[in-house]
Amino acid sequence: MSDYQLIIIGGGPAGLTAGLYAARSRLNAVLLEKGVPGGQVLNTDWIDNYPGFPEGIAGGDLVEKMTSQARRFELEIRSGAEVKGLDLAGPEKVVTLVGDTTLTSRAIILAPGVRPGKLGVPGERELAGKGVSYCATCDGPFFRDQEIAVVGGGNTAIQEAVYLTRFARKVTVIHRRDELRACKIIQEKAFANDKIDFLWGTQVIAIEGAKEVENLRLRSEDGAESNLAVQGIFILIGIIPNNEMLPAEQLEMRDGFIEIDREMRTNLDGVYAAGDICYKEVRQVINGAGEGAVAAMSAEHFLAG
Amino acid sequence: MAGDNVKQLTDSDFEKTVNADTPCLVDFWAPWCGPCKAIGPVVEELASEYAGKVVIAKMNVDENPATPGKFGIRAIPTLILFKGGKVVDQVTGAVGKTQLVAMLGKAG
Repeated sequence: MSDYQLIIIGGGPAGLTAGLYAARSRLNAVLLEKGVPGGQVLNTDWIDNYPGFPEGIAGGDLVEKMTSQARRFELEIRSGAEVKGLDLAGPEKVVTLVGDTTLTSRAIILAPGVRPGKLGVPGERELAGKGVSYCATCDGPFFRDQEIAVVGGGNTAIQEAVYLTRFARKVTVIHRRDELRACKIIQEKAFANDKIDFLWGTQVIAIEGAKEVENLRLRSEDGAESNLAVQGIFILIGIIPNNEMLPAEQLEMRDGFIEIDREMRTNLDGVYAAGDICYKEVRQVINGAGEGAVAAMSAEHFLAG
Repeated sequence: MAGDNVKQLTDSDFEKTVNADTPCLVDFWAPWCGPCKAIGPVVEELASEYAGKVVIAKMNVDENPATPGKFGIRAIPTLILFKGGKVVDQVTGAVGKTQLVAMLGKAG
């Protein structure tokens, strides 16, 4: 006899939505979250593209609402439950937590999400929290009237560059390409903001400073190197999958992400995936939540079968 | 409420608290920080579990700018473990309970 019918790994929008659906289907389910529910959305100051909130909503508030909605239907959520290993091949799925507790279930939904990408340049690790930041909402107010840089060209980078102009005197966006990937409405806001400068075709090759960030070493496309004096650097260049606990020898993966079909099935019976960990193009709160719903309904169908 | 075990620190009583004999873990946070909100319940749990052994405290960096400035804090949540007034360990970001428990192991 397994401990649960369904174990959900990860407490971001995908996992919380899967949990909501599972709880409403009265499945004996548990959601395991290594920290506390939230995921990447906690790093977002304001979400304007999740329907149902016409004025927009803070990332933290959205997650809080998702969590309390799942709890209203009595979903068991275990915070601080970090998964160390998984055996997914047999009919009974075995989850090993840090501290060596094991839990078993017949079905499992993998929604461990992603974390912010790093540049991997000298000085980045040494000056983390001392001017190197991965979360504009968290750290922006520490840079009042200072000059800072944002690295990246996607939605997150450009939206947060605009947000950071509330505090910083000047924001320099450093992007390795010659055009932005961010959606047009976000680009328009950034181009219209006279506190934002752009450095195109440029890469950061080192972050320098004795005790705090003081200078960036830059290299442009033609190989020329230069300096940019800043007190802070926000690195918003994409994502790394939280796949360390996934059994690569059992689960079909692609470039570190999980391969899924339209019903959020993986290659293994009773194993589903949802949210940013899936191999896909679009990673938004809305489709993460949608995938969580589909995964839970697929799991329910499997358990009934 | 578990929250009652968490000591709210200000710039004025900070020194006295971290210089005391009992080790002290300070969570530097602000209301506008999502990950700080997320880590809040974990800090409250730790406060109940470590009651009498480690002082678990929070400091609002908006209302108390002097102390975070002194420790060069430019990212939150930052949690610093003090023993006899000295920094034993520190971590930034919404880390899990496991990592914080490991950190508190160094308080002994």
